[in-house]
Amino acid sequence: MYYSFGPPKDSFKKLAPKIDSQNMPIIDVQNLGKVYPVAVKEPGMKGTLQHFFRRTYRNIEAVKQVSFSIEPGEIVGFLGPNGAGKTTTLKMLTGLIHPSSGSVRISGHEPFARRPQFLQQITLVMGQKQQLIWDLPALDSLRINAAVYGIEEREFRQRVGELAEMLSIQTQLKQPVRKLSLGERMKAEMLAALLHRPQVLFLDEPTLGLDVNAQTAVRQFLQEYNQRYGATILLTSHYMADITALCDRVLVIHQGSLIYDGLLDGLLERFAPYREVSIEFDSTQAVTKDQLLTYGTLQTLEGCKATFLVPADDLTQMVSNLLNTLKIQDLSIAEPPIEDVIAKVFAAGKT
Amino acid sequence: MKAPLRIARTLISVYYAYMVEYRAELIFWVLSGSFPLIFLGLWNQAAQSSDLGFTPAEFARYFLGVFLVRQLTVVWVIWDFEKEVVQGKLSPLLLQPIDPVWRHFFGHVAERFTRIPFILLLVGLFCLLYPEAIWQPTPYACFWGSLTLILSFCLRFAIQYTFAMLAFWVERATAIQQFWFLFYTFLSGMIAPLELFPEAVREFALWTPFPYLIYFPASLLIGLPVDLSRGLITMFIWGAIAIIINRLLWKSGLKHYSGMGA
Repeated sequence: MYYSFGPPKDSFKKLAPKIDSQNMPIIDVQNLGKVYPVAVKEPGMKGTLQHFFRRTYRNIEAVKQVSFSIEPGEIVGFLGPNGAGKTTTLKMLTGLIHPSSGSVRISGHEPFARRPQFLQQITLVMGQKQQLIWDLPALDSLRINAAVYGIEEREFRQRVGELAEMLSIQTQLKQPVRKLSLGERMKAEMLAALLHRPQVLFLDEPTLGLDVNAQTAVRQFLQEYNQRYGATILLTSHYMADITALCDRVLVIHQGSLIYDGLLDGLLERFAPYREVSIEFDSTQAVTKDQLLTYGTLQTLEGCKATFLVPADDLTQMVSNLLNTLKIQDLSIAEPPIEDVIAKVFAAGKT
Repeated sequence: MKAPLRIARTLISVYYAYMVEYRAELIFWVLSGSFPLIFLGLWNQAAQSSDLGFTPAEFARYFLGVFLVRQLTVVWVIWDFEKEVVQGKLSPLLLQPIDPVWRHFFGHVAERFTRIPFILLLVGLFCLLYPEAIWQPTPYACFWGSLTLILSFCLRFAIQYTFAMLAFWVERATAIQQFWFLFYTFLSGMIAPLELFPEAVREFALWTPFPYLIYFPASLLIGLPVDLSRGLITMFIWGAIAIIINRLLWKSGLKHYSGMGA
């Protein structure tokens, strides 16, 4: 099942800052597994009564035999369709849930023991979950974090100033969190999660629901944080742009198993060397389906709108062909959705 | 010692600010705790028509004591904790190097301070209605009454937080709290002083934690005779039992916690 290619892992080390790791991976995961018991209930009254008196459970293997290691300073994308086991893995890496099998070491610590030295070094940002107190300004929640992490008052002011500047939310920190926009809230959450200057960042969909500008800002911030503090980042995202902007290396998980661990370029070139070309042609001209088929693989055709799947190498030729021969009103080129790429990786991993 | 004090101070000041945001709701919460004043009316009438061993003024004093204790020992941690577990909100709290219980505990402490003006207002009203019941507490009553009031809050918090641990296994841990409330109402002295209970029931009740949640501190505050050392020992024993069970459940509950929805 496991599929790995691209350059050997040593090549990642050149990306890592020279910190006291002595070439030890900061994240080391061996044969990690998680099995959940899930209550099963048949529909209808009979099922309800059975469920009430005698509950039956089915074991779901959410994560199976996952192994990987990450060097200090790396930014790694963690990809997979919904329910693939990404969040469960992140929860085990942060010590929120207890693994059913295997071992995890983060900076030499066992996460589930949740020792203060471990918690001082990590953070987890969850796109749709918040730690800030809703009815108070973010600064109040930050004061709690400063006390809890033992950050002195002067150091606290300095860090808040620095992070707020990097995130451009200086003025919003004094407004109640409920009054902030989604993007501002996410930035404030990120500030709270990074106030103790963690060395390992676990990010679960950090840009979910944000508009394009806010997404870019968050990405830029993460890049800067990584460069400034040499932090290691493992992030999941549904937005391909997050991954391409931040990660050289990706891990792909599908149905609980790790099926790819390597360079992002390798993943895209190998499994998605295609682009999606969408056009809207002028309705005054008569264009047949057969005619459109000559330009490339036609995916959809609805009225005057058509979508093609074109090999990346043929893209320029195909687009100039289209523009020369048809009256085009609108044209857009996109990478195939990440889910499609992953599905292809999975299919390849199986065979 | 410096760090824990700073954490406590910060948590109290931030949660005080948080509670003040709910000042309108606070008035209703305080009023909803004025049950004892209703019982006072009932017992007052009863005392006027027959000899119950308590004069109307003594009843008035007792229920004012009950009102004060109830106001200052109110605990709702089970509702908050259940929500945190079921909605996965516990996860971010678990990632901080401090036990989540302290946020709840100091949140409760901070809330006490926001109640004080409303409590004083109601006490003032009471003095206007029952001027004959006004009394001057002795230094003994002030010291032991206040101390047992604080201990009573800690005991109630420890017991309810222990029930809250069940949220790791059952989705509605608050149902257990409702069941507990039945015994609390009857045996704590909330509806009547324990002196009015049959001897056997009173003796039984004094072995349970309930009288120490209301009757015991209220009696000390108003100067009713109680067995102080027995009361303190019983409170400590129940507190220790609750804390031990709590820590055991917390440890195994965390293993069970799946970070639902986190």
